[in-house]
Amino acid sequence: MITRYLFYFLSILALYSAIMMLISRRQIHSVLYLTLAFFAIGGHYILLNAQFLAVVHIIVYAGAIMVLFLFTVMLLNLNTEQKSPKKMSAKIGAIVSGGMLMIVLIAILRTYDISMTHDPDLTQIGLIKNLGKVLYEDYLLPFEISSVLFLTAMVGAVLLGKKEQI
Amino acid sequence: MESLSNRSKVVSNRKMNLWEKIYLPAVIIGLSVTIKHLFKKKVTIRFPEETRKFSDIYRGKHVLKRDDEGRERCTACGLCAIACPAEAIIMVAAERKPGEENLYREEKYAAIYEIDMIRCIFCGLCEEACPKEAIFLTKELVPSEYERERFKYGKDILLEPVDPGKRIDISKRQTKEVLEFKKDKSKRHNK
Amino acid sequence: MTIFIIYKVFLCSVILILSLLVAMYSTLIERKVAAFLQDRIGPDRAGPFGLLQPLADGIKLFFKEEFMPNTADKFLYILGPSLTMLIALLTSAVIPWSIPVIIGGKIYPLQVADINIGILYIFAIVSMGVYGIMIGGWASNNKYALLGAVRASSQMISYELAMGLSIISLAMMTGSLSLKDIVEQQQGFHWNIFYQPLAFLIFLVCAFAETNRSPFDLPECETELVGGYHTEYSSMKLGFYLFAEYVNMFVSGAIMATLFFGGYHFPFVDKLGLSNNTLAVVGFFILFTKITFFGFLFMWIRWTLPRFRFDQLMRLGWKALIPLAILNILITGIVILVR
Repeated sequence: MITRYLFYFLSILALYSAIMMLISRRQIHSVLYLTLAFFAIGGHYILLNAQFLAVVHIIVYAGAIMVLFLFTVMLLNLNTEQKSPKKMSAKIGAIVSGGMLMIVLIAILRTYDISMTHDPDLTQIGLIKNLGKVLYEDYLLPFEISSVLFLTAMVGAVLLGKKEQI
Repeated sequence: MESLSNRSKVVSNRKMNLWEKIYLPAVIIGLSVTIKHLFKKKVTIRFPEETRKFSDIYRGKHVLKRDDEGRERCTACGLCAIACPAEAIIMVAAERKPGEENLYREEKYAAIYEIDMIRCIFCGLCEEACPKEAIFLTKELVPSEYERERFKYGKDILLEPVDPGKRIDISKRQTKEVLEFKKDKSKRHNK
Repeated sequence: MTIFIIYKVFLCSVILILSLLVAMYSTLIERKVAAFLQDRIGPDRAGPFGLLQPLADGIKLFFKEEFMPNTADKFLYILGPSLTMLIALLTSAVIPWSIPVIIGGKIYPLQVADINIGILYIFAIVSMGVYGIMIGGWASNNKYALLGAVRASSQMISYELAMGLSIISLAMMTGSLSLKDIVEQQQGFHWNIFYQPLAFLIFLVCAFAETNRSPFDLPECETELVGGYHTEYSSMKLGFYLFAEYVNMFVSGAIMATLFFGGYHFPFVDKLGLSNNTLAVVGFFILFTKITFFGFLFMWIRWTLPRFRFDQLMRLGWKALIPLAILNILITGIVILVR
């Protein structure tokens, strides 16, 4: 019973903060609302009995990435209120990409079988031990490939950050 | 040039070796230095309860002396005011009326005698200038106040009590050498 | 169920009061230690040995003028110190304070939440800690505060990495992320410090950086930034910032004692033949002694070492601590493999 109310609360919080992130005038507020949205989603993970995922989600997104965003926004001192973009092409591009995302989401939801849902208390897949076993036994190759992807991104960042031309 | 204290060190910009680059040995040495101070004797003097030991001829708050019969010695000659480099002394002279012989030693006395303790620099020149041995500096301190006006010390504070038991001892400031020095006119600050 | 909830609420409030009380008296101890290391006596006017000094300081902070800059972001300006305090207090939830107490046949664990990802929870909360400082620093609309906030964020992100990597080797060895399991494994004299000295050293340095204590107190360094991120703060909002630092110190001392120094265990104490509940009380005091030692270490180092320069700080974090931590992981892995 409590979980149901928590679910509604977290969902409303996530939606509210996501919308506020889009419409708030100051960039700092947008960043903070996005962080709040991440927290709400982290709460959803806990409701799904995926504590590891929840904590990692908070560490990585709210703890690292959003702090870096906040850092950049502060450093650039974007205090001035945002003006709506002037270019028509940007608006059209945004509408097209948003519409495509919506098509993808509808396609996913159409094929989604409601009977496939698991009781989160029974699956235990989100617990760290089970998750580790699954990741390192069944999905070892994708896991390693994604780590190579991260490594590539890191090398790229270092290269971009270097001053001299290479 | 040769060093006098032998404590100076020649600065070198050589590269640190690995042992020094770790920094931890240096940190531990520093920590051992500070921990030793934890057990050292503390230098703090808890003021109102403990007081610092003063020198016998400390120059603190002034006192206006009386003579042996309890009469004021000051004759309001104004030499102290002239000697004062900080212009801290103000006085108003008055004539002694008949019947006041037991109060004032000479025919003239100071009706008002004020020292501004904010201006005073406690140099002791007033004491040196006084021909009547009337003003002396004592070991007592001037306490702090909340208002500037209260630092103007009048005769009510400066004058020593008549009661022989409460007289302020200034004999340490009146040694033979001091008296000898005072007599020597050539060493006067105010000529 | 109801008893369970009541008990947890009771435990939470006890720990809350305990950490606030410890933080309160840490301010006095800090001043006393500073004074003693400098051959002085320190505050001794309020009460015997100055024991009422924290109370006097608290009253002073409450009665000081509430100041808010005209151009400040009002909501965020208040949110900053509150968030800092909240996050500082949240961490103590997963620390096992002692062995469970048995009253009337029922087991009452002296730990608010024994979650199986205890260490990760601590990291999540610690990584949040920077928000309070950043929000406060930005909302004051002051260049010194902003600089302090920016410094704090870059410093905390850098040292979080090394901290996490240093703990990985510990987790590899213990095979668990639950703080309770880690403590139980250290029973006797099998303290983790003897197996992972390098990890402890890295963790210690990172703990100093994460709590913004000297020699890593660049976010609030007085010589360059006036007061750093709390330049514009006054009254109890400033008090919250200063207080949170001491709460953080207390909690990080508790975490270090738990992870590396056997928590509430001490060799031979459990062989004395004490009853369970007595042992629980003794264990709590053992843990508390260890925390006190770490608190003293924090202060001792603060009054010994000078502050780092910012480039030195970054070099230490990225070029020394992170490679060392990775090396430590490698060595631990090899040792586990060979054994």
